[in-house]
Amino acid sequence: MTPNKKTRRQILQGLAAGTSALALGGCNILDDLTNEEHWLRNFMERANDLTYGSQRLLLSRTALAKEFPSEAIMQPQRANGVINPPEENYRTLADGGFANYRLQVGGLVENPVEYDLERVRRLPSRTQITRHDCVEGWSSIAQWTGARFSEIVKEVRPTEKAKYVLFTCFDERGRGARNAYYETIDLVDAIHEQTILAYDMNGRDLPIANGAPLRLRVERQLGYKMAKYIRSITFVDSFADVGLGHGGYWEDRGYEWYAGI
Amino acid sequence: MTLRESTRSAPTIEARPASKGQLVYRQSVWTRVTHWLWAISLFFLMTTGLQIFNAHPTLYVGSQSGFGFDNTVLEIGEVRQDGKVSGYTEIFGNRFDTTGVLGVSGTETRPVLKAFPEWATIPSSRDLGTGRVIHLFFAWIFFFTLVTWLAASLVNGHLRDLIPSIRDLRHLPRDLLNHLRFRIHHTAGYNVLQKLTYAIVLFVLFPLMIATGLTMSPAANAIFPFLTEIFGGRQTARSLHFLFMVLLMGFFIVHIIMIFAAGPINELRSIITGWYKTSPGEGE
Repeated sequence: MTPNKKTRRQILQGLAAGTSALALGGCNILDDLTNEEHWLRNFMERANDLTYGSQRLLLSRTALAKEFPSEAIMQPQRANGVINPPEENYRTLADGGFANYRLQVGGLVENPVEYDLERVRRLPSRTQITRHDCVEGWSSIAQWTGARFSEIVKEVRPTEKAKYVLFTCFDERGRGARNAYYETIDLVDAIHEQTILAYDMNGRDLPIANGAPLRLRVERQLGYKMAKYIRSITFVDSFADVGLGHGGYWEDRGYEWYAGI
Repeated sequence: MTLRESTRSAPTIEARPASKGQLVYRQSVWTRVTHWLWAISLFFLMTTGLQIFNAHPTLYVGSQSGFGFDNTVLEIGEVRQDGKVSGYTEIFGNRFDTTGVLGVSGTETRPVLKAFPEWATIPSSRDLGTGRVIHLFFAWIFFFTLVTWLAASLVNGHLRDLIPSIRDLRHLPRDLLNHLRFRIHHTAGYNVLQKLTYAIVLFVLFPLMIATGLTMSPAANAIFPFLTEIFGGRQTARSLHFLFMVLLMGFFIVHIIMIFAAGPINELRSIITGWYKTSPGEGE
């Protein structure tokens, strides 16, 4: 027995209802509700505070991101975003092999220090083979060697007021200092075992495409937190007065500050 | 009266002609509220999920994405030839032309180069940041709703309504035939195909969506290192997350068709108010 006419019409109505429900996604009304100034979007962003809180609660301070054997390195590390900063000050340093590169670490610290690359390389280091997860969705495994950031923290001695570490970068996206890439992390991540200022990648000097001379690794968060082309490091009590106040270049453009998920 | 009995009350006997069935109280408020929370959540999870996928519309297997080698299982993109651009979808190396919907949409003069078209994503334009904010907001709603429903259904006995018995399963061939022939019987309880489908969706697909989602979280990987082991790597988890989405989409389409085939007014009444008119002789 075939479905009678009434049932067949009902099925077609059902199909139409189902597919048009999906097309509601294209409704411009919903677009307006989700633009960055809207209170509804700001409300939904609070969900990430819940993620930050619950992940920090469940995550022991020492729990490590997965590390891989060397066989897991199957390709050159993908270079993403800016891969060759055109800014004159960066180009000059790069042409000189970064011999004149100086890294100021200061702000809310008892002992501000200026490092050159030799001094950074002499700090206790860590080598780790980890998986870089980009917010876009892809992953790539590489070996990173760098100075343990916890050692830098020990050396500069942040004051009680310090809550975040601010990394400012040479990469200005070709549009001036106000558009410079920057990132911030909290002190839990700053002293984490796997947080390093990387200067070697896959056994060789960190290439320009991947952030030479120094890039940050924060292995329990997504890739955009791991700033490349580090220019200076400052311990701060708030990032409200930096950039557009959301704690990072991409955060100022709508991404979450806590990128554990 | 036990909690179970009070939430699944005895059917009300109404003075109706014998040819019309009885109105029974079929679903508790816990089932109904969570159902609509899921419907809303899944709508936003799906549309923002496609937005997120569009940021890198290629799926892989294993721990990482092959740029220097090939471990791709699905790719949606565009290709230019003779001044024209066309959209393709490649599954396990088999390429299909999907111009107009996937890879390339819009018009010939103003093509839109996206994996999933603008009418399917929220926001409709390219905005990964906003897509993620909304996706992760509704992920929490979805999670809390599932936990609430599991707890409530454990207490009020609804879980038992969904697990098919051996006797139920013997009716499966006949029930399958009834569904394919759209021979609908309005019963107080769920038929065996319904039980199997809902059980798979609620006990398997929903938890797997959450688990594969968490497997993509770098911090969750550090909390639960076994997640990437279970799912064969972060990129396999991402591909499975997408596959389960396709399965849920399939469920949704069949769900809507069956609702219309069974009589949408009665079905909607039962999932909004709880009251359901059974077929004559089936209201027990």
